[in-house]
Amino acid sequence: MSGGETGNRAEAGNVTDSVVRLENIGLSHDHGRSFILRHVDLEIRRGEFVALLGPSGVGKSTLLRVIMGLVRPTEGQVHLHSTPVAAHRPAAMVFQDAKLMPWRSVRRNVELGLEGLGLNAARRRERAMAALELVGLGDKADRWPRQLSGGQRQRVGVARALTVEPDLLLMDEPFGALDAITRTGLQEELLRIHARTHGTVLFVTHDLDEALILADRIIILEGHPAGLRGDFRVGPRPRDNSAPGMRAMAERMRQLIAGEDDPGEVAAYWQASEI
Amino acid sequence: MTLRRSVLLRPLLGAVGLVVLFGGWEAAIRLGWVPFGLLPAPSSLGPAWLDELRSGAWIQAIRDSLTHYLSGLLIGSVTGAVLGLLCGAVPLLDGLLSGVVRVLRPIPGLAWVPFAILWFGLNTAGATFVIAISVFWINFYAAYGAVQAIDPDLYEVAASFGHGGFWGRLRTVVIPASAPGLLAGLRTGLGQAWMSVVAAELFGVPGIGARMMQASSLLATDLVVVYMLTMALLYAVTDTLFMLVRRRLLGWQG
Repeated sequence: MSGGETGNRAEAGNVTDSVVRLENIGLSHDHGRSFILRHVDLEIRRGEFVALLGPSGVGKSTLLRVIMGLVRPTEGQVHLHSTPVAAHRPAAMVFQDAKLMPWRSVRRNVELGLEGLGLNAARRRERAMAALELVGLGDKADRWPRQLSGGQRQRVGVARALTVEPDLLLMDEPFGALDAITRTGLQEELLRIHARTHGTVLFVTHDLDEALILADRIIILEGHPAGLRGDFRVGPRPRDNSAPGMRAMAERMRQLIAGEDDPGEVAAYWQASEI
Repeated sequence: MTLRRSVLLRPLLGAVGLVVLFGGWEAAIRLGWVPFGLLPAPSSLGPAWLDELRSGAWIQAIRDSLTHYLSGLLIGSVTGAVLGLLCGAVPLLDGLLSGVVRVLRPIPGLAWVPFAILWFGLNTAGATFVIAISVFWINFYAAYGAVQAIDPDLYEVAASFGHGGFWGRLRTVVIPASAPGLLAGLRTGLGQAWMSVVAAELFGVPGIGARMMQASSLLATDLVVVYMLTMALLYAVTDTLFMLVRRRLLGWQG
C-alpha cells in the first residue's frame, strides 16, 4: 500500500486513477490448445480493496502471478501504473504460508524488497523497522522466522510487502493456513492498516465470508477456462452481513462460484451487481 | 537431565571406554596373550613419540601432510561445490554433464594414483590431486542435492521483490538456502581427505602416510600406532574447528 498522499480516494475520475488494468488476459500452458484463464478484463482503481473470489484451483493465484509479472500471459496485456516515487515497487505480493527466508532474520526478511532500490543500509533498516512496527512486530526484528508463530510469520510477510510502498498489494490467500482466531485478528489488522494507508489491494480468497469482511469490491473468477463472472460493490462499513441486501448478494455470489449461471445471465448480472 | 547427561556423562563415559581399551590392550601384551611383534604396547607409544618428536620427523611429517590435506581439500571442495551448485541451478549444464558424471563418479580417488604419478610425480602436487578428487565428489553431490531441495516458491518470492535473473536467484536464494547442505558435504570431506592423505602418501610422497610405510617396513609398529593416533588427533582438531565455524554460519537453524 502506498502512502496516504498517493492513495487518496478523492482522485476518483482522474485518468491516472487506474492502478492496474487487465486487457483480455488469456493463459495457456499448451500453446493455445486449452486455456486456464481466458478473456479476463479488469480494472482496479487507486485505494480500492478488491477481493478475488472463486473455487479452489480455479486460477486465482495464477491470475495474481500474471499481474505480478511472475507468469507471462499467452494473450492480452497487463497495464500496471506505477507512481513516479523513488525507492518503491509498483506491486508487491503476500504469499500463502508467508514464505519467509529462514536464513534471514525477521528484519532482513522485510528488507528483501528494499535491496536494489538504491537505499543505504541505515535507510533500509529504518523502513523495515517502520513496517514491522506497523504490523506490531517491532520487538521481533532480530528473531529468526522459525521462532515466530504462523500468524506472526504472516505479519512479517505483510510487512515485507508494505515496506516497498507498492501501488498495488497482491495477497494470495494470506490467512488461509491460520487458525480462526489468528485469522480474525489479522483481518482486523489488515483493515486498520488499509484505513490508514488507503492502499490498493487485490486479495485472493476462496472464502466468501472473508471477502465480505475485507473488501469494498468482490470479483468472481470461475469456469474452465476461468473468467470473471461477477463484479460486486459491497456497501460502506460498518457492515451488517445479516441485512437482507447483503444476504441476497452473498447468495448470488455463492451461485456464481458454484457455476450455477448461464453466460447470458452472468453478463446481465455483471452490470446490475451494485448495491 | 538430558542436558546434564550430554554435557557431563557422555564425555565421562567416552573416557572410561578409552581407558578400558588401552588398559585391556596393555594387559593383553603383558600377559603374553598377543604374539610378540604383532602389536606395540601402549606404554611404548610415549617413548616412541618422544623420539620421533626430538628427531623433528614428527613435526615434518605433520607439516607435509597438512600441506597436502589443506590444498587438496581446498581445491576439491571449491571445485566440487561450485560445479554442484551450477549443475543444480542450471538444467542445461546438468544435462550436458550428466553422462560425464555417470562415467567418472564411480572411479575412486585412489584409482587416479597412476595418473597422479605420471602427471605430477611423487610430490605435493600428485598427493594434492588424489585428495582433491576424493573430496570433489562428496562436495559435488552435497551441493547438487542441496540446490535440488530448495523450496521453489522461494525463487518466486525473490523474483517478486526484485531478485529475478540468474545472479539475483543465486545470491538471495541458491547460496544461502544450500549452505547447510554445502557445509555437511564439507564436513564429510574433512574426514575423507584425511583417509586420502595416507593413501596418497603410501606411494612415497613425504608425509604421515610415507612415514608409516617406512616404520612398518622396519617393523616399528609402535611408530605406526603413533602416527595412527596423530591422524585421529588432526581429524579431531579440524572437525572441531569446522563445527565452530558452522555454528556461526548457521545460527538460523537453531
